[in-house]
Amino acid sequence: MLEYLLFSVLNSLVLGMLLFMLSSGLTLIFSMMGVLNFAHASFYMLGAYFGYQITQAVGFWPALVIAPLLVGVIGALVERYGLRTVHKYGHVAELLFTVGLAFIIEEGVNLIWGRNAMTYPVPQSLDFPLFTLFSTEFSTYRMFMLLISVAIFIGLYMVLTRTRIGLIIQAALTHPQGVSALGHNVPMVFMMVFGGGSALAGVAGVIGGIFLITEPAMAATLGPIVFVVIVVGGMGSLTGAFVASLLLAAIQTFAVGLEYSLTDLFALVGIHGQVSGLLEDLGRIQLSHTGPILPYLFMVLMLMFRPKGLMGKRES
Amino acid sequence: MTAVALKIVDVHKSFGSSKIINGVHLEVLKGERHAVIGPNGAGKSTLFNLISGFYSVSSGYIALNGQIISNMAPHLINRRGLSRSFQVTNIFPKMTVFENIRCALLWPMGYRHSFWHMVGNLKKVNAKAGEILERIRLADRRDIPAGLLAYAEQRALEIGITIAGDADVILLDEPTAGMSQSETAHAVELIRTVTEGKTLLVVEHDMSVVFGLADHISVLVYGQVVATDTPEKIRQNPQVQEAYLGKEIE
Amino acid sequence: MPTLLRRYGIWAAAMIMCGVLPLIFKSSFSISLLSQMGISIIFALSYNMLLGQGGMLSFGHAVYLGLGGFLSMHALNKIGGGALPLPLELLPLVGGMAGVVAGVVFGWLSTDRSGTTFALISLGIGELIAASALMLPSFFGGEEGISGNRMVKMTLTGFKFGKSVEVYYLIACWMLLSVGLMYLLTKTPLGRVANAVRDNPERAAFIGYNPRSVRTLQFTLAAFFAGLAGGLFAINYEIITAEMVGAHPSGSVLMMTYIGGVGHFFGPIIGAVLVTFMQQSLAGITHAWLLYFGLLFVMMVLWAPNGLAGLIMMHEPVWKAGLLRRLLPSYLAILVPTLVMLTGIMILVEINYHLSLSINPDDPLTLFGIAFNARSPVAWGLAIALAAVGLFFFRKMVRWVNQSWNEVTQAMKGADR
Repeated sequence: MLEYLLFSVLNSLVLGMLLFMLSSGLTLIFSMMGVLNFAHASFYMLGAYFGYQITQAVGFWPALVIAPLLVGVIGALVERYGLRTVHKYGHVAELLFTVGLAFIIEEGVNLIWGRNAMTYPVPQSLDFPLFTLFSTEFSTYRMFMLLISVAIFIGLYMVLTRTRIGLIIQAALTHPQGVSALGHNVPMVFMMVFGGGSALAGVAGVIGGIFLITEPAMAATLGPIVFVVIVVGGMGSLTGAFVASLLLAAIQTFAVGLEYSLTDLFALVGIHGQVSGLLEDLGRIQLSHTGPILPYLFMVLMLMFRPKGLMGKRES
Repeated sequence: MTAVALKIVDVHKSFGSSKIINGVHLEVLKGERHAVIGPNGAGKSTLFNLISGFYSVSSGYIALNGQIISNMAPHLINRRGLSRSFQVTNIFPKMTVFENIRCALLWPMGYRHSFWHMVGNLKKVNAKAGEILERIRLADRRDIPAGLLAYAEQRALEIGITIAGDADVILLDEPTAGMSQSETAHAVELIRTVTEGKTLLVVEHDMSVVFGLADHISVLVYGQVVATDTPEKIRQNPQVQEAYLGKEIE
Repeated sequence: MPTLLRRYGIWAAAMIMCGVLPLIFKSSFSISLLSQMGISIIFALSYNMLLGQGGMLSFGHAVYLGLGGFLSMHALNKIGGGALPLPLELLPLVGGMAGVVAGVVFGWLSTDRSGTTFALISLGIGELIAASALMLPSFFGGEEGISGNRMVKMTLTGFKFGKSVEVYYLIACWMLLSVGLMYLLTKTPLGRVANAVRDNPERAAFIGYNPRSVRTLQFTLAAFFAGLAGGLFAINYEIITAEMVGAHPSGSVLMMTYIGGVGHFFGPIIGAVLVTFMQQSLAGITHAWLLYFGLLFVMMVLWAPNGLAGLIMMHEPVWKAGLLRRLLPSYLAILVPTLVMLTGIMILVEINYHLSLSINPDDPLTLFGIAFNARSPVAWGLAIALAAVGLFFFRKMVRWVNQSWNEVTQAMKGADR
């Protein structure tokens, strides 16, 4: 039990920090520009595929730097030539533009790399167990992911608190209308935030593509989860995104290991009934299989009863 | 004794730590035209938002025809016969001028959420909408999207939507804001005719409008009513002069 | 007589067209295409009751299509087994009722706010239902879905529905009826107030309406028609899988509605016909059809936010002023570089798909009747050249089109005075 607990905690940390790398960029973009970027997970996917391709050519370490930069540049271009064009038609058009973009990126990935999952293995220099505890190994690569994400977390924190652009971004988080009044070049800031957020997603892609899977459906699988994170954390709150990332990762990680169902629960309190059809299905569902629905259930309830989210200051 | 249409008793409203409305008492009699004046930031618009249900009160209560309406949802208050206009024009921009007025008539005339009547066949509704368009002098603009109207026309439409449902109590928030002098004169005339026989509560900055229109005036300063009286008495009230009017009315 | 013709002419024409089309296009492919178009038209119009008329951007409308389809399929199996006395022709109503029930519940839960919050709740509910579908195999049939047999004894009309053309006529009848009803709905108090709530929910509250009730009601009616379309789907295909409630049909109804145009009643009809046609014909020819679909959608968002219907209606005043002829030369002129550019892009896309997807990329690729090696630099060069030259002249011609438009607008203003 202790073993299960310990490794679940470690694994949820790894997954949670990966989610945070995605949700922090999405939150920044949403709170500055008011755009819910449906293509954010697509940039994550691009990061993974670029990472894979560059790793093939020159190795993992250069890929870790080059791929996110590439993704960031693409993000900036998308903002400059796409979002800025539709801005005049309002938020719905902006949102729909990102929906279409996600669609195109997914098909584009199909076009270039095909529909099958890539063999994108853990780099050899990191491919050994770091430690073994109670007969379970913890791989070095997971520790490496954890370190990278913590480093990025610290870096992001420094940029936001110590640099000029960071201060502008912070101001924009709390007073979205006020920033342009201060005379800053807002379009430029937007472009940098969008590019920066995309680059963060790119980093997540390079390391997450190895950890999870690199395939054309990876964006569609992870995208909604990231939305759940920013909604639960509170739109526009970085701290909220952080907490929610860890929380959701924990829910998903822990649920996987718990093979209990409603039937078991009823049996525990002494109820043994014979039901059939839909009720039987419901009773049979094991907690470990509810992983896919829990986040959405969480999000819908949150939006209905506390639309501000855990830490948010304003409603969407 | 005349009945009280709108009664505001010891209403407080604060946003966070800032108190905007600080114990307002106000009575508006049935059928009178009552104006609220006061310096910027005195809380006039907040007071309107409290009466119409847009905000909830922090303490105290508001009653409409003897029934408490404070903290009710706006649409419920509206259904009890209170209608309001907005300081910033607040119409349905993509719908035609005629449709704007017709929509305002649907609930009061009993068609509510009906999806089994055709609006084209509602003779009484359409006749009344046409009549209102005549009164607010927009009959020749009836098929234009409201968003394309000139500013003064939009203000007139705003008043039209507000009075369409035949509410007993009408709140107008700075109906002449941003209008030229001739437009203002026209608007005052319009307000006078369309609110005939109704209770009117109006917030206004233009003193000529206030003194020309109102039967009673209340002065709101720092979230409190410092005086309520007839226009002549208000003009002479030294406390009011000091607090607000200053030399303006000389 | 002329007023009668003007008012009902278009409906009569639509009926005649629906009746005649399968007599002209007799192949089984065309019949199934036409049937699918009918279903898509209902679904897209029902989606537009939310987005276009109610201002609700939903990412989960397929939930109501899918639930309607599943319930209809269960009902169909009950009819077949003799447990449910319902003629087949009325089966779509079962789907519609399923839509209503789901619509009331989820509608009330999600319509407190519009905008981003509504969009996210609809996404969440969509994902929730899609994920649950796989956990509840007794209702959703697990991976292989639920199938049925539409050839039941109990029918109203005496048709056996063994032939697909009979099913087509059933779909066409329901489609015409639904289109008519949805059109009439826009002319009811609820339809008009839904527009008011879309434009300005705050103001709507001050004319006596609870925005949430109005949205919920509009949502429920939209869900009814979506469920009805789902019922027709069940009859047409005799199988339905959990994918039907998922993100894919939800996304594609959004895209087809938007491409058609949300601002006009007939917009979604155009979108549904066009996209279904692309879907059924292109999907057979090329793997890249989804990419083309996505590109079309993004181009519409960028440059024609009012959709195809918006583009058409833009020309109405020009046509009435008799000035359409002045636009034609520039339109014809822009057509040429557009086609050249698209050909170039298409060749590039197809070459890439060939290289990434076919078993042996060195097999010759056949495009426009010409077989060539996909790795050939000539093909690449030609494709890139076509795209580039096309783009160059396209940009020039855009200027001409704009100029023609300006002239026409000026001429119309002159005529006004």
